[in-house]
Amino acid sequence: MVSSATNFSRSGLSDWLIQRVSAVVLGLYFLVLSWVFFSSPDLEFAEWSQLFDGLSMKIATSLALLALCAHSWIGMWTVATDYLTRSHFGKHGTGLRLGFLCLCVFMIFVYLVWGFQIVWSI
Amino acid sequence: MKDDRPVYLNLFQYKWPLVAIASILHRVSGVGVFFGTGVLLFLLQASLESQSSFDSLRAGFQSPSLKILVWLIISGLIYHLLAGVKHLVMDWGLGEDLRSAHFASQLTLVLAAVCCLLVGVWLW
Repeated sequence: MVSSATNFSRSGLSDWLIQRVSAVVLGLYFLVLSWVFFSSPDLEFAEWSQLFDGLSMKIATSLALLALCAHSWIGMWTVATDYLTRSHFGKHGTGLRLGFLCLCVFMIFVYLVWGFQIVWSI
Repeated sequence: MKDDRPVYLNLFQYKWPLVAIASILHRVSGVGVFFGTGVLLFLLQASLESQSSFDSLRAGFQSPSLKILVWLIISGLIYHLLAGVKHLVMDWGLGEDLRSAHFASQLTLVLAAVCCLLVGVWLW
């Protein structure tokens, strides 16, 4: 079993599953938005804001934001633990990785709060 | 984590088969889209705030720099999504042998290129 102090759920198998479930959520949300854009090429403010005013869209966007948090943490953690290591960067590798992961946590937190603020202030 | 184990990893001496290119692009696009999400949230906010902010965003889209930035982020998203679907299919146990994996990578790259081109046409 993969055990590490910084992975998402303290379990590699659980991370693997969360990564895939959140991917499906984000993929579906992306398809819905793409469909909106392509079905109405001359989208106006009234239609657009009305769409995001609906409760179902608010719930869908909130869900996508939460999925983004989990998905991007697992992804950035995977990339960081593969490349920002002591075997690549010598003795500074661990510090570099932790610094990078702290930046990621900060950005994910900002995305989450900012995103919720955008969605729920309409 | 024990990361002082000896690893030989010289990226410049690697051979890069198509499956490896498809795989590293999945990672590169993922990291890129992660940072690009800030831009997307900014656009979402500006588009929803008011009629005037919506209009000024539309006017801002006349500038090629914003278009190129948005096109890059959407292209990254499209590639990441398609390569992710490939991953899910392989998780299912389909196409795990070398030939199918090569074909799946080709398909992903070609499909992504076509979609990115279409998005570019749609944006301009």
